[in-house]
Amino acid sequence: MRLPVNFDIALTHIVTRKKQTLVTALGITIGVAIYLFMNSLSSGFSDFSRDNIFQNNAHITVYKNDEMSQPLLQSEERFTLISNPQITTLSKRLNNPQQLLSDIREQPYVTKAIPVVDFVAFYNRGNTQLKGSGLGVDMVDYAAMFETEERMIAGSVADLENNLNGIIIGLGIAEKLSLHVGQNLTVSSSYGVSKVLRIVGIFRTGSTKLDDSRSYVNIATAQQFLKEGNSFVTTIYANTINPKQSLTYTKQLSGVVPYEVEDWTVTNRDLIKQDDTRQIMMTAISLAILVMAGFGIYNILSTNISQKIDDIAILKATGFNGRDVIRIFIAEALIMGLLGTLIGIGLGIGLITIMANIYIGQPVGYFPISIEADLIAISTGLGLLLTLCAGYFPARKAAHVDPVEIFRK
Amino acid sequence: MNAPVLETRNLNKFFHQPVEFHVLKDIDVQVYPGEFVSMVGKSGSGKSTLLYCLSTMDNDYTGELHVLGKKVTGKKDATLAAIRNRNIGFVFQFHYLLPEFTCLKNVMLPALKLGKHSYEEIEARAYKKLEILGLRDQALKQSIKLSGGQQQRVAIARALINEPEVLLCDEPTGNLDSKNTEIVFDVFRQLADIDNKTILVVTHDLDFAEASDRTIVMQDGRVMDNEKISN
Repeated sequence: MRLPVNFDIALTHIVTRKKQTLVTALGITIGVAIYLFMNSLSSGFSDFSRDNIFQNNAHITVYKNDEMSQPLLQSEERFTLISNPQITTLSKRLNNPQQLLSDIREQPYVTKAIPVVDFVAFYNRGNTQLKGSGLGVDMVDYAAMFETEERMIAGSVADLENNLNGIIIGLGIAEKLSLHVGQNLTVSSSYGVSKVLRIVGIFRTGSTKLDDSRSYVNIATAQQFLKEGNSFVTTIYANTINPKQSLTYTKQLSGVVPYEVEDWTVTNRDLIKQDDTRQIMMTAISLAILVMAGFGIYNILSTNISQKIDDIAILKATGFNGRDVIRIFIAEALIMGLLGTLIGIGLGIGLITIMANIYIGQPVGYFPISIEADLIAISTGLGLLLTLCAGYFPARKAAHVDPVEIFRK
Repeated sequence: MNAPVLETRNLNKFFHQPVEFHVLKDIDVQVYPGEFVSMVGKSGSGKSTLLYCLSTMDNDYTGELHVLGKKVTGKKDATLAAIRNRNIGFVFQFHYLLPEFTCLKNVMLPALKLGKHSYEEIEARAYKKLEILGLRDQALKQSIKLSGGQQQRVAIARALINEPEVLLCDEPTGNLDSKNTEIVFDVFRQLADIDNKTILVVTHDLDFAEASDRTIVMQDGRVMDNEKISN
């Protein structure tokens, strides 16, 4: 199989000008490598902050929203007067939680749903009191959903299972009250219920707010703190197949359950906006670098064509038309582009690998960056597109070379 | 007599830069198959300009140009390029070989563009052309490593690779010593006499012109003398 003549010419130009080819390719290499690296960085950060969110937030939360007082009779003709409107919610109770749970679990997009009882907790030791929030959960289910086991620094989540007198507390609480696993802690609620619980585990999430306030107990224990019976549930946490689609799922679920359905993007709007802003910034900077590289290549290819103007004239005199000339120089640009892009991807992957092996300490661990196939595909595509654009305009200029003008000189 | 290979009808051309200048005035020339024609004239007489009009590369004229009996004036660039590829061979004063390629490849390129024969056959033909011009042993050298005379002969081989009916030359011996000039002249003579090719040479060399079949004399943009010298 012989190469088409235009490609043959392009290849000969490339091979006989190795240094220039390499310099051109290097421009693309740097652009592509930086683009890939910066976007992987940004994507790594996003994943990291999203993972952080999902440590403590379910994809979807179902709870009873506060209701404002309404007039007993609505009338069009007369004034309806209601004095001192205020929230009327007497209890955060979800009615018939078992039915509600099975309804939610039946949805095809829900992977897991658990009942939760939350309450305001006060941790007491001697005269010291810390305010915090307690969560009554089936700890094994909860840990499976939020990977709590990974964040335990003492004890185990399994020790809380069926242990009505056990509690798992955040590291902040443990440090402030000087507590260790196995010691007792007096916990009281806003309903005046006070219990002495045994510490079975200590966790650290990396979020000071949570570590200083959060504790986990069994559902039955939480219900006792609130002076409620064993069917009392305040919230349902549900995880879905794809958290990015949670807004759609939320809408669907709203039709199924009579309570407020909220997804994680609403709860964490501030974090999401921060993330978006960072993504936009990183994309803009990396694209700018890529475009700069593009201008560099354009410059080199332009010069290259000016130097080859005699050759272009002779090709045209011997029967190559404008389209052939464009093809020759586009092929040259694309060969350089391919070469540069491939090296650039390699360099980018190298940088990412180095970065991913940098340990920055707990709770983050290794630098949150990873090699992502779709980013590599985008970088490759952009690298080639860029060389195509940078190559097209000089090639078009070459196609318009008037051979007579050259020969008459 | 056969129909003319090249024919102009009332061809006029103007240069617009730097000032308006009427460079070719009412040119009516015919060149016939197998003719070896030289074109002479002082610098600025318009002979090179006429050659480039005849070559189809310069389209900025009024009047008509016919190549092989077909009107080519007003045709698209791609069509004209195809005509140059198939029917017209060029030799220039400065050899204009592609420096990155071997002599052989330089000769082969127009045939590869034409795409009528297989690569192997084109290679064999290119060797044959180089052999005719006495350069077979130089075939695989880079073109820039050859002497001027050798390069010019490679350029002639390239012009002949597609067996064109017409060979147009712009001062082909302008930069050559007398020995190489002689070789080039003999090749042209043979091409005209044996292969029935039409050869049109722009030259300053009056001896060269005298030895051709016919001489077209240009002066101030007009053809002065179009008489045929009988063989």
